Amino acid sequence: MRDLYQGQRAMRNMRRQAMQRGVIAVLDIGTSKIACLILQFDGPGVFRETDGVGPMAGQSNFRVIGAATTRSRGVRYGEIETMPETERAIRTVVQSAQKIAGVRVDHVIACISGARPASYGLAGEIALEAGRVTEEDVARVLASCDVPDFGRGREVLHAQPVNFAVDNRSGLMDPREHSGNRLACDMHVLTIDGDAAGNLVSCIRRCDLELAGVASASYVSGLASLVEDEQELGSACIDLGGGVTGVSIFIRKHMIFADAVRLGGDTITTDIAKGLRTSHAVAERIKTLHGGLEATGRDDRELIELGGDTGDWETDRRSVSRADLIGIMRPRVEEILEEVRGILDAAGFDYLPSRQIVLTGGGSQIPGLDTLAARMLGQNVRIGRPLRVQGLAHSATAPGFASAIGLALLSAHPQDEWWDFEMPAERYPARSLRRAYEWFRKNW
Amino acid sequence: MHGLTPERHEPQGWVRHEPPSRVAPARPAPPPQRRAAPRDPAPSRLAYRLHRLWLTPIIRKLTRVGLPAFLIALTAGIWLSDETRRAQISGGLTGLIESIQNRDEFMVRMMTIEGASPAVDRGLRAMLPVSLPASSFDIDLEELRARLLRLDAVESVELRIRPGGILSAVVTERVPVVLWRHARGVELLDKTGHRVASATSRDVRPDLPIISGEGADRAAPEALLLIDAAGPVLPRVRGLVRVGERRWDLVLDRGQRIMLPAENPLPALERILAKDRINDVLGRDVRIVDLRQSDQARVRLGIDAQNAIRRVRGQPELGPDGAPIQQAAATARNNG
Repeated sequence: MRDLYQGQRAMRNMRRQAMQRGVIAVLDIGTSKIACLILQFDGPGVFRETDGVGPMAGQSNFRVIGAATTRSRGVRYGEIETMPETERAIRTVVQSAQKIAGVRVDHVIACISGARPASYGLAGEIALEAGRVTEEDVARVLASCDVPDFGRGREVLHAQPVNFAVDNRSGLMDPREHSGNRLACDMHVLTIDGDAAGNLVSCIRRCDLELAGVASASYVSGLASLVEDEQELGSACIDLGGGVTGVSIFIRKHMIFADAVRLGGDTITTDIAKGLRTSHAVAERIKTLHGGLEATGRDDRELIELGGDTGDWETDRRSVSRADLIGIMRPRVEEILEEVRGILDAAGFDYLPSRQIVLTGGGSQIPGLDTLAARMLGQNVRIGRPLRVQGLAHSATAPGFASAIGLALLSAHPQDEWWDFEMPAERYPARSLRRAYEWFRKNW
Repeated sequence: MHGLTPERHEPQGWVRHEPPSRVAPARPAPPPQRRAAPRDPAPSRLAYRLHRLWLTPIIRKLTRVGLPAFLIALTAGIWLSDETRRAQISGGLTGLIESIQNRDEFMVRMMTIEGASPAVDRGLRAMLPVSLPASSFDIDLEELRARLLRLDAVESVELRIRPGGILSAVVTERVPVVLWRHARGVELLDKTGHRVASATSRDVRPDLPIISGEGADRAAPEALLLIDAAGPVLPRVRGLVRVGERRWDLVLDRGQRIMLPAENPLPALERILAKDRINDVLGRDVRIVDLRQSDQARVRLGIDAQNAIRRVRGQPELGPDGAPIQQAAATARNNG
């Protein structure tokens, strides 16, 4: 795990540099669109007194100075498939965002939605020699978590300490200076496919940008669309994206589980295109304008011109009723929600105190989704829109921008990860100068 | 009501012919036209990099300020590298300046001098650096004033250019109040001791008192006070002599001399003059009154007075050289 540790620390340093410069870009590479927000950090509390804005989740100390979005190219199931195409798309979106902002950005924080995330809960426990928890003990207990075999080619994306326990006092956020004999911790580790992550990194590098952090899309859309109480009491965020539907479960303001279904809005569009024998673009337009999930009697009489440009008059003049369209869309949405249900069951979501479910992402705008989701997932379902951040254009406040906005919040207020703590001295190789330094610091 | 649905009430025996069942021919299909590929703009890598370069602040500043400034400097440098062009420009500039300076409004035509004696007037006119008429830009009044003040006879001068092209000088001359005789000649001094002019001899200004000795000019104000104080004996005063650049001797006729102290000579002189009024000290045969010691006045008697005293005492009399005359020689002469 040492390579990972060094790599993640390098990205943290990059992020610190970007904070000093005050400008950082946020890049959400999705299956259907790529969004880029350029954030300017004015320092904490610049707008606080005049606007009556509290510290909140850290979203008051930055503002968006440039936002751009473009059609995604070469991305499938949230993974980069055609690198040059994706690179072009990234160039397009970064350039137009830079043009709006009027500044050059060098550091970028990206999120990745697909790449088969897998979630692990780790536990570690150490004995406290000093009878009191010190900073090093925290690092030591994090390092003592027994790591399962993640499988070949997997990389750790998040490793967040979720809970600390000193003796029998559990549920501590910050165990430092607690007295006790035994320190235990729970850590949530999210791994993704290493090659997909590598593709993302190299794509961004080829655009002359420095990567200052990578996050999971389902995690950051949860950050953006769950309100504080929901994060505290236990809730799931379901991000219905273009290629991938992400699921993340939060409790006590920590993500404890994340997964993704490789089905999404594009799957629905493909179904429509197949069922109605139209082009993908026409299917997308019909889905966006006329799509729905609950058929009523009126929908039988509402005819939708399919249009088309095949040149065959018969084909181009067809029309279908909205009920037909709903009949195509609903089974697919049901399938997606069933998969989500399966994930939530596997994660033990039913045992959480408050089983709130928040639907977000571009797919959550389908009319009737809340009714259907309430029937399939549980009664506490709402459609979530992302948190408002300062300076964001109205067009970029739609649910589809949840992960971009969540990424902005995360970059302003990063979650403690395992690599934010000093590595305990035992983990350094023997004969290392650093190890000697740590030994001296500890014993003198 | 029936009129609303006429089809239901067709006349009996009228057979309704169904329209022939055939498919209407489709409109001729439009020729397949190549649709333009959906516009999908993406900047090339070069355009992307250039755009980022352009957003770099230093590059932006260099291009916006540095490059134009450099080009302007380069063009000007190349254009000015030709010798004749430079000469042309400087000649044109000088001509322009001169044509403005020589305008009629700026010309000075005459000089008026007030309060100067004819000799000083002539000197002042001779010291004017330019010949009139001249432009007022060519006359530096400050410098001219400094030059005029170098004349000893001029105490102060007020120079200005009046409208109408008149250079007006209001001169205050120094008034000579005392003559100073020294090793190199005789000079006239004003009341501050500043030189006014040279004199050929003392007879040029017999009305002025005379002082002499090295450094007498620096102490001239004090000398004037002393001369004022010497009012009662003024007809007898021959002059004041500065001794050792330190103190004064008041010289009277008949070779009398009043040696004044270096400090506070004026009260000392007033004291001795008061004594003179009571006792007629100076009218007697006194050669020197020595006031250098502040507490007392010492008097050196003349030779006649000494001989009178000696005769009364029966001592041998003194000769003109101050040595006692030998009694024997005197008797021999009497006998002979």
